[in-house]
Amino acid sequence: MTKISDYRGHTARENVERALEKAKSVEEYNALLSLTEVRALERADMVDRGEITGRLAGVPFVVKDNFLAFGAPTTAASKMLANFNAPLQATAVEKLEAEGAICIGKANLDAFAHGGSTENSAYGPTKNAYDTARVAGGSSGGSAVITALDVVPFALGTDTGGSIRQPASFNGVVGVKPTYGSVSRYGVVAMASSTDTIGCFATTAADAQLVMEVMAGRDDKDMTTLHEDFYGAEQVKPGQKIGLIKQFMGEGTDQEVREKILAYAEKLRAAGHAVEEVDLPIVKHTLAMYYIIVPAEISSNLARYDGIRYGYRAEGVRTLTELYGRSRDEGFVTENKRRIMIGSYVLSSGFFDAYYQQAQKARTLLIREYDELFETYDALIGPTAPTPAFGIGENTNDPIKMYLADIMTVPPSLAGLPAISVPAGVSQSGLPIGVQIIGPMKSDARLLALADSQEEK
Amino acid sequence: MTNITRDDVLHLAQLSSLQLADDEIDALKDDLSNIVGYIEQLSELDTEGVGPTYQVTGLQNVWREDTVDDGGVGRETLLALAPDQHDFQVKVPKVL
Repeated sequence: MTKISDYRGHTARENVERALEKAKSVEEYNALLSLTEVRALERADMVDRGEITGRLAGVPFVVKDNFLAFGAPTTAASKMLANFNAPLQATAVEKLEAEGAICIGKANLDAFAHGGSTENSAYGPTKNAYDTARVAGGSSGGSAVITALDVVPFALGTDTGGSIRQPASFNGVVGVKPTYGSVSRYGVVAMASSTDTIGCFATTAADAQLVMEVMAGRDDKDMTTLHEDFYGAEQVKPGQKIGLIKQFMGEGTDQEVREKILAYAEKLRAAGHAVEEVDLPIVKHTLAMYYIIVPAEISSNLARYDGIRYGYRAEGVRTLTELYGRSRDEGFVTENKRRIMIGSYVLSSGFFDAYYQQAQKARTLLIREYDELFETYDALIGPTAPTPAFGIGENTNDPIKMYLADIMTVPPSLAGLPAISVPAGVSQSGLPIGVQIIGPMKSDARLLALADSQEEK
Repeated sequence: MTNITRDDVLHLAQLSSLQLADDEIDALKDDLSNIVGYIEQLSELDTEGVGPTYQVTGLQNVWREDTVDDGGVGRETLLALAPDQHDFQVKVPKVL
């Protein structure tokens, strides 16, 4: 797979034309929903004429199709936004473009980022880069696969409960979910505002570091962005103390996944770090917390799709109530409806304290457990997902089974912690397995330096 | 375990402004029952005396100047996104 540095020394046009050509040759994976060809070539020529310079000059990339970006509609892989031509661009995209990077296309996802396999896309599932009978993971499946297929050296995704890390793990690439508040979410389709983050896929930790550094920082258009700058690249700190989360290394985790994580831990030890088992007992409750808090926020955030000002409007309606009800029923996929309705349920009067309030209290307990561990440990490791990529169609009839694929990625999301997934080898059947590295708030660059130090150069 | 009935589904759909097609209701009834059955386990956790965490950064009262800013997007651009419009206004079916 290529790195960002491999794109230097070529004209931007050469880079973009190669990426577009490669994208067209891998259409069977259904990783991209659109190409932004005309705009990409125009911008490439601007870079080649010296009108745009920067750290990513002439480097092609792809955005998940829930980022507002020019050159093609922003669909969120839904029928609701099928023809939505963004009137503005996401801050993250603007910042990358200001450094000369060129967006060549928009990647498939679970509609509105609701899912863990990209099977909930209104435009069909994305196929795994290593085995086309298996899922890409999700919800940022298209971005992960397009990076793994070497079409572009990096791609953007969003991660609310694992949507970058899990597909990164399933496709053998690096995936970064930053500290909550690192990157502006202005111009990105909102899902669950208390855990939504913007991150990236790359083929190396160093490339991911560079992309995150460019995107991070305070934005007046997103008041939840953190004020201080903590994304500067770091050197790996020697002799770190690393905790291996015991709860994720038991029976519920695939044997081969456990072996790869233990092998990664051995490598860390050989490099002079101390790795020992640690307890995070509350994690058995975190998926329940997540599937209360996140649907609650979804039901609120997705209330804006009403068929009035933009987006899909049902035909042949006679009253306003019918317009809302039918536009939403026809514009959303089933998983969107499940989550919206669960959100309505847990926020209903009479249930609010038992579900929503209880989940937010439980979240406090989770944060306390992490805080205690980070008093002793620099970072925590464990698998990114309990299994390698599962088969297409295998979990689609059982929402709970699908949700369980998020069990390892959800806890850091609820606590706002940075967490990355890096390749830890492949299974005997040739499927990638990822290790998740989690750190305290704002330790993102340190985690990436640790991952970088373990990569084979 | 909480059992979500067909009436519950219809009530939740109404709260959510979803006019479900008939063939969706039974499947959603089963799915929602399973999901609620799963999230109910959280009641086992003792949270006595614990405060809620609604957000994780601790940022409070982030102020900005109260100035008019169109964000670089004009009225015509935004109106062009509306499925139906007339005379610089978004058109909707009869309300009353």
